[in-house]
Amino acid sequence: MAIVHEFEYFKPERIEDVIKLLSEYKGKARLLAGGTDLVVRIKDELESPAAVIDIKGIEELKKLEFREGKLHIGALVTFTDLIDSDIVKKQFPLFWESSKTIASPGIRNRATLAGNICSGVPSLDSGPALLVYEADIIVRGAEGERVIPALNWFLGPRRTALKEEEFVREIVFSLPAKNHGGSYIKLGRYKGEDLAQVGLGILALEGNEYRLAFCAVGPVPSRAKKIEALLNGKPLTDSLLETAKRLVSEEISPITDVRATKEYRVHVAKIMLERGIRAAVERIDGNGPAYGERLI
Amino acid sequence: MKKISFILNGEKRNAYVEPNDLLVDVLREKLGMHSIKYACGRGDCGACTILLNGKGVRSCIILAIEADGQEILTVEGLSKDKLTSLQESFIDHGSFQCGFCASGMIMSATELLDKNPNPTEEEVKEGLSGNLCRCTGYTPIIDAVLDAKKRDVDKK
Ligand code: FES
Ligand code: FES
Repeated sequence: MAIVHEFEYFKPERIEDVIKLLSEYKGKARLLAGGTDLVVRIKDELESPAAVIDIKGIEELKKLEFREGKLHIGALVTFTDLIDSDIVKKQFPLFWESSKTIASPGIRNRATLAGNICSGVPSLDSGPALLVYEADIIVRGAEGERVIPALNWFLGPRRTALKEEEFVREIVFSLPAKNHGGSYIKLGRYKGEDLAQVGLGILALEGNEYRLAFCAVGPVPSRAKKIEALLNGKPLTDSLLETAKRLVSEEISPITDVRATKEYRVHVAKIMLERGIRAAVERIDGNGPAYGERLI
Repeated sequence: MKKISFILNGEKRNAYVEPNDLLVDVLREKLGMHSIKYACGRGDCGACTILLNGKGVRSCIILAIEADGQEILTVEGLSKDKLTSLQESFIDHGSFQCGFCASGMIMSATELLDKNPNPTEEEVKEGLSGNLCRCTGYTPIIDAVLDAKKRDVDKK
């Protein structure tokens, strides 16, 4: 099926030109990076931009750099770039693990982290990693830059804190001060090319500190604050885990859809919580299942 | 219409395209690359996979204009002189039934073997994920990829 909608195409080489085009087209322009979401949406006529601004000509957006404890991920960095990066694997293993669950290599070769968070679907696998590492999203607009904490980014399904004439320049992950282990578990119907029915990212920091975030079980990916409050400061025991599992249904509000029922999602989320926490804690000292190994 | 140029299977090619032309259509209809198949049109099945700058991508969700200045490889370019070991292995393992998925499978497997010449079965499955086959049950395809790496070693 060809694309029916007609649009102008621009491929600027400088960030300033992107800003100029965005304000010229007043919300009628869309940015194109990998296109795995945008092109499909234009085809389906869910979006009909007057202009498409291809940012792949802007060199500085391709950067993936780790300096002074911060990982800078330019808007053009793809999930394949992230998975192939030793720094990501070593320093932000939970993020690496979740990146590997996204779609398939043929999509990850094009799809970018920036695009993923701009489309902002409830099931986005990068959501939990952004929330537990408390990443910052750096956006550019005509008035300069703003820093939006990932915790304030997701406003609703396909709704984010990004304003119409702004765009994401980079995403910054800061290394947690304490030694940590993590896990990302994705429940899909099969491996590869499926959206999550439940996604759970867990960061376990030395000294019994936990950060947990779910995706696909509510309108936006979100932190599980009640479970965190219960777990924080206490040594992990079987009975504590049981209590935590009982809180799951208060933290998430899944729907029944073509992929799974609400009840099934809640049930499996509890199992994922237990396995995820155990793996994350074991991984603090380099034990437990290797990153990337399936936990469900 | 805008003129774009790119390297297609080792040769410089030009095409006139509209911004909303899809790469799959330009490659198939204007440039005759019929190895590329078109099925889902939304990146889900892998039938339209080509290598863009060495990486497997879905040509049904890429604008043709994005290919300006890039390098593209299709099955036509792979087997210019003779079949690759991978293609021979596909034939010997009976890895096609209707064959519709084969080009995409071969391009994805080519990328995989370039990146990782000695993949495990798990890695082959991961490398081919997103390429759907409704006929073979996948086993002969996976066997063919695993066997292709052996053939290359034997040849040396
Ligand atoms: S036709 Fe392109 S992925 Fe299915
Ligand atoms: S051989 Fe028919 S789809 Fe794979």
